[in-house]
Amino acid sequence: MSLPASGNGPTPLVLEARRLVKRYGKVTALDGVDLDLRAGEILGVIGDNGAGKSQLIMALSGAMVPDEGEVRLDGKPVHFRSPIEARRHGIETVYQGLAVAPAMTIAENLFLGREIIKPGLCGRLLRIIDKEKMVSQARQHMASLQIGIHSMTQAVETLSGGQRQGVAVARSAAFARHVVIMDEPTAALGVKEGNMVLELIRKVRDRGLAVILISHNMPYVFEIADRIHIQRLGKRAAVVDPKRISMSDAVAVMTGAKRPDELPTDVLAH
Amino acid sequence: MELHLLRTAAAGPALAPLLALVLTCVFFATQSDRFLSPQNFSLILQQEMVVGVIAIGQTLIILSAGIDLSCGMVMALGSIVMAKLAVAGGMNAYLAILCGVATTVAFGLLNGALVTLVRLPSFIVTLGTMNIALALTQIYSEAQTVTEVPAAMTALGNTFSLGGAEISYGVVLMLVLYAAAWLALRNTVSGRHVYAVGNDPEAARLTGIATRRVLIGVYAVAGLMYGIASLLAVARTGVGDSQAGETEALEAITAVVLGGTSLFGGRGLVLGSLLGALIVGVIRNGLTLMGVSSIYQVLITGILVILAVSMDKLSRRKGY
Amino acid sequence: MSFHRTALTVVLFAVAGIASAADELVIGLITKTETNPFFVAMRDGAAAEAKAKGVKLLTAAGKSVTDNASQVTAVENMVAAGAKTILIVPSDTKAIVPALRKAREKGVLIIALDTAPDPMDAADALFATDNYEAGVLIGQYAKAAMGGKKPVIVTLDLVPGLSVGTPRHNGFMKGFGLNAPDAKATELGKDPAVTCMADAFGDQAKGQTAMENCLQKSPDVNLVYTLNEPVAAGAYNALKKAGKEKGVMIVSIDGGCEAMKNLSSGVIAATSQQYPIKMGAMGVAAGVEYAKTGKKPSGYTNTGVTLITDKPIAGVPSKDVKTGTQMCWGKS
Repeated sequence: MSLPASGNGPTPLVLEARRLVKRYGKVTALDGVDLDLRAGEILGVIGDNGAGKSQLIMALSGAMVPDEGEVRLDGKPVHFRSPIEARRHGIETVYQGLAVAPAMTIAENLFLGREIIKPGLCGRLLRIIDKEKMVSQARQHMASLQIGIHSMTQAVETLSGGQRQGVAVARSAAFARHVVIMDEPTAALGVKEGNMVLELIRKVRDRGLAVILISHNMPYVFEIADRIHIQRLGKRAAVVDPKRISMSDAVAVMTGAKRPDELPTDVLAH
Repeated sequence: MELHLLRTAAAGPALAPLLALVLTCVFFATQSDRFLSPQNFSLILQQEMVVGVIAIGQTLIILSAGIDLSCGMVMALGSIVMAKLAVAGGMNAYLAILCGVATTVAFGLLNGALVTLVRLPSFIVTLGTMNIALALTQIYSEAQTVTEVPAAMTALGNTFSLGGAEISYGVVLMLVLYAAAWLALRNTVSGRHVYAVGNDPEAARLTGIATRRVLIGVYAVAGLMYGIASLLAVARTGVGDSQAGETEALEAITAVVLGGTSLFGGRGLVLGSLLGALIVGVIRNGLTLMGVSSIYQVLITGILVILAVSMDKLSRRKGY
Repeated sequence: MSFHRTALTVVLFAVAGIASAADELVIGLITKTETNPFFVAMRDGAAAEAKAKGVKLLTAAGKSVTDNASQVTAVENMVAAGAKTILIVPSDTKAIVPALRKAREKGVLIIALDTAPDPMDAADALFATDNYEAGVLIGQYAKAAMGGKKPVIVTLDLVPGLSVGTPRHNGFMKGFGLNAPDAKATELGKDPAVTCMADAFGDQAKGQTAMENCLQKSPDVNLVYTLNEPVAAGAYNALKKAGKEKGVMIVSIDGGCEAMKNLSSGVIAATSQQYPIKMGAMGVAAGVEYAKTGKKPSGYTNTGVTLITDKPIAGVPSKDVKTGTQMCWGKS
């Protein structure tokens, strides 16, 4: 599913960031950056080290509060002061470190921080966990993404890297209502498992969730993204169409070898 | 073949200490015909009662990837506070007990606050509070043992007959506390959060767990356990002992480690700590019955601790 | 550890500075631990004598009965702070020797209290209880008090590695008339009459545990030797719980004021009383003498041991509990 290369398509904006600024002392991490995320798309975010990708993502996911600028969700301004607030608004993040407790089971990790409590006075008072429900729901979530793990009660640390990533992705897909942000999901994975994860990301998008994908892996980004946001020096350098721009041009803009205005207009996306 | 056996034993977290306990019991049963009696086992339970309850608190703290060196001294302070308030201060016995427990809970909260709010390593914090508790104990007790404590304080040391043995109420309380701790850690949100915080504190934070609240809760509950242990100590010995508390911290940590809980946090079973404490008690009792010097008890315990920690490493995959 | 040492040095220098400004004699006292009532009493005795003679007393202790390093540091710091005499209860009788020798080379008088260094001449003098004699006294008493009854004995000892437990145990064996090693032996003596030997670590709760375990082994016990009075209290507890306290005699050593109650009530049949207050006071007095006249004490001075019991037996000299209470140490 791709969007027209030019003109504002009818697809509404799910998430917008306008002129976000963040300074740490003398260092300016975000220098008035913008971002647009459309409903149902996979937006790739690429940028060199120090370009401000992580900072941008942290601002969107509530892990960091920007000094200036505005974030809008479905057109309404929001101010996230913590990742939990962002979660409450339906924005889930798959962190680079996955944020899983390795010794705990898949089911427990899926519901970490959001455990299902047994009904009834006793259950609610003592906060007793409804393990059966958690296991069966975990199975459903994993199955809906067609992740082939059979036992929900095995420890996450017994899984391969790709399977662990699958658990983290399934968690975000299970609870997200608008946006899933993924930070380097295929880093440290081999080819086969990396492709597995790409498939998962497609399935998440097919559910109707918009995905922001930060990655250093150019081939993967070009394969899966609908549009690519190029981040450079704390600002958005350009938004391009991976179907039209060459990988080397995209990298050139990323590193500053080429200026965005040097790109032909038909490779830009909106 | 042995490695495979070890891996199997390491697979179930409480399997290894249970096996070790059974094996040591079998061994001593062959060495002395006085070992295998209900009364002897009841005695061992009573002997490990105080350390056993302390170990519940220690297990919680170690599960959260911390450690508590102050537990023994805090327990001693609790004993002295409750005994001296009742005997020298003439306070109502139950009120005095409450004051003693309040003291130990206060120390637990202090430890928790220093670890979470000031973010100091628990080893350092509890080293400091251990010395503070020691000093307070000596100052308040004036290095004297408090004798003739009221009957209410020794009540838990009383026994009832069951199956040819005298079981003490304090032991029953210890077993109830272990059952409660086990259920809470296994089945409640707070319990699972303790494991999560110990296993990966960053993951816990990012998934919305209030890690500071969890940790303060862990240290506070541990403080409560030390308070109950201090009452049990008074109940068992009949005095408030100003010289107590020196060895209990290491004994509790030994019990936790022997019970299979990982010192790195996030893994382990609180029931294992009970088994660990019993293993130590069985070895001490068995060696005395055999007439063997206590230095061998120390040697054997040391070897078992190394085995326990090695098994912990073995049972973990992918070196997390 | 280094911070500790620096802080201690600063404090001691300050104190010595004030002391030397007033031309006060400085004497140091190093005990095994800070908190054991025996050492508290020793410190009190030394402090009282120091006050009476206008002497500045510096005190220090290890963190545990096996902490040699802190004692070595204390010796060095006290010498640096101008102490002319150091009284010490060595925790590690061998490891402390080099520190003592170094101090003596600087002209400092070293007196060992309660426990001798190994070799004994590493200190100028030793003021101590004869622990063997302490054991002999209660052994003799027990033998006489048992009449002709066949003894079934349990000994609750200290812990392997701490020297004071061995001569007490062996002295008891000798006094009772069993196969006993001599006063210099380092092994605990064994005899068929002793059916169980357990370590009680000088602690009441551990004494109770040790007695319980020995009761399991030897239910017919009728005589219990205990290393000290807290252990005796624990042993009595264990016997009482088993309903056996009436038929068992407990003897002990120390003569602390806290134990006098147990002696008059019969929990402990007899105890050998020792005099840590006297040790501390004598040490300070010897230090004052040395500073005034240069005369050093030498050899072993027995600070005395008295058998205390309210049930005297003919042929075994003893004093009653009332007298014992007047001479006892620690708070009651």
